[in-house]
Amino acid sequence: MDLQSKAMRLNTARRAATNHFISGLAILATVIVLAPLAAILFYLVYKGASSLNLAFFTHVPAPVGEPGGGMANSILGSGVILLLASLMGIPVGIAAGVYLAEFGRGKMLANAVRFTADVLNGVPSIVMGIAIYSLVVMPQKHFSALAGGIVLAIMMVPTVTRTTEEMLSTVPHAIREAALGLGVPKWRTVLSVSLRTASPGIITGCMLAFARVAGETAPLLFTAFGNQFWSFNLNQPIAALPLQIYVYAISPFDEWHRLAWAGSLVLIVMIMVSVTLVRIYASRGVLKGGS
Amino acid sequence: MPPSRMTTERESGSSLPAEPSLTPAVFAAADPATGDATPSPIRDYLSRRGSGRFADASFAALMLLCACSIFAIVAFIFWILTVRSHLSLVQFGWKFFSRSAWDPVSGDFGALPFIYGTLATSLLALLMAVPLALGVAVFVTELCPKPLRTPISFLTELLAAIPSVVYGLWGVFVLVPLMRDVVGPFLTKTLGWSGLFSGPNFGVGLLTAGIILAIMILPIISSLTRDIMLAVPNSQREGVLALGATRWEMIRVGVLRNSRIGIVGAIMLGLGRALGETMAVTMVIGNHPNISKSLFAPANTLASVIAGEFTEATGDLYLSALIEIGLALFLVTIVVNAIARLMVWAVTRGAPVGAA
Repeated sequence: MDLQSKAMRLNTARRAATNHFISGLAILATVIVLAPLAAILFYLVYKGASSLNLAFFTHVPAPVGEPGGGMANSILGSGVILLLASLMGIPVGIAAGVYLAEFGRGKMLANAVRFTADVLNGVPSIVMGIAIYSLVVMPQKHFSALAGGIVLAIMMVPTVTRTTEEMLSTVPHAIREAALGLGVPKWRTVLSVSLRTASPGIITGCMLAFARVAGETAPLLFTAFGNQFWSFNLNQPIAALPLQIYVYAISPFDEWHRLAWAGSLVLIVMIMVSVTLVRIYASRGVLKGGS
Repeated sequence: MPPSRMTTERESGSSLPAEPSLTPAVFAAADPATGDATPSPIRDYLSRRGSGRFADASFAALMLLCACSIFAIVAFIFWILTVRSHLSLVQFGWKFFSRSAWDPVSGDFGALPFIYGTLATSLLALLMAVPLALGVAVFVTELCPKPLRTPISFLTELLAAIPSVVYGLWGVFVLVPLMRDVVGPFLTKTLGWSGLFSGPNFGVGLLTAGIILAIMILPIISSLTRDIMLAVPNSQREGVLALGATRWEMIRVGVLRNSRIGIVGAIMLGLGRALGETMAVTMVIGNHPNISKSLFAPANTLASVIAGEFTEATGDLYLSALIEIGLALFLVTIVVNAIARLMVWAVTRGAPVGAA
């Protein structure tokens, strides 16, 4: 038997070379992917850090042409809107997740809800913005912080639902059965046993949803609208950090560009801290997300 | 009653205190010896508690209501967008999506330039992002040394966490000058014969928007692909290796071939994200409703025209046309996401793959 005959040639050298080539391509791809991340972070720190001072966190924007000023009203406004959104969205999301995990196991309705929640996650945020504009802003004839809170709440619901469901399904059945066997009613079991056991995971899921909507700008364009001054009235337009960054970034004023970079740095730091915390706590790796 | 106490009580031999011992008589409704009809304390407590049927049923109903709110949200968005775009639907009908006009002054609207812009930027983004995302996924799952795995996947997810407006800011001040001064002339010199890089280059345009979109959809495709590749059982990999394959052949035959459907689903999810991406695109695409072959030309996408012109829309027909564009965007992304989720689910059988 001629082991060197054409039929028996194993092409070993060529295959090994292809193997090395592909490995090189994969490494190159990883480097290319991580390069923009490094570039963005570098520019944020480089251009934004110099503008971060106490005035940034305590002053409202100065009139155009005057130096100084800050984005304090945007930070507060974002906080207000996010608080509203969390108060409205997180309970609904957790309740829906509880239904999916505890009451709806295996039912077709639960599968439909899960699928719809995933699909709802993919709806562009600007579409939600114009829907809430049509619902809340048009009848009221003015922009408001409440409308901004509503649209962000709707965006939080699918994420919170899915993560709550996933966290609750990791609670061992033995715990539930033990509680039920002791005579605890089903509703009490869910609240005191299942939710309490899964609560670290559920909290990290809420933080993930929070971090994702914290950076959303498009839906706030037509609901909260933005405000150059302090606003403590929920029925008035209110500033929000990502919204102000957008307005300043496309403006022609250098001073406002400076503020935009600094605001972006603050926003990124907040979001990255949340994402890192989520990563540390989500040891099971079921929590992933996009923005 | 703890056992140790019972033992000590018995050992001491003294009479037990007034705690009921757990004999069947305790649970009796009546005391047979004395004929006393008052129930024992435990039976009394248990019968007073009630069956909890009402509380259970109402709790379950409340949870069901909240779950159905998700359906309600989707239905409501569809309903209100249809209602508010009624003017434009009646005026233009289906031809809205095949006409190229966009003239607010004379009330003439057609969405074709925006459809072109959306398709062009999304296609560009996919062309650039898919090979890179697959490369990163392959690297992280198969080729990477174990200690590097977590940091690299964490960094890729950090890319997903950056808000869209920050990408736009970086795009406007860093990428646009780069495209205008360095990349644009280079492309015109080398690939100008193709007609894709003709015309004046201002830095903003389809190509820049495509690049930023590619960076934004990369993490979604890559992390989903990674999950799908991890879902392939090790027996497949080992079998191929046992037949004498090199590492790349093992990946290609053992892993990628098995996860083809899921990877297509992941790519479609990235496409869904690219179709709806608003802020970063609005800031770098030039905002000009025209259709042009050149990639340097400014354009507009469905999402960016809404973001740019909604607050300035005068007149009901203008607003209605924009809302109709929003309705079209809503329906398209729902369809794309639904198909994509079905594909991903088919491969991972409903195992949690995250909310992208």
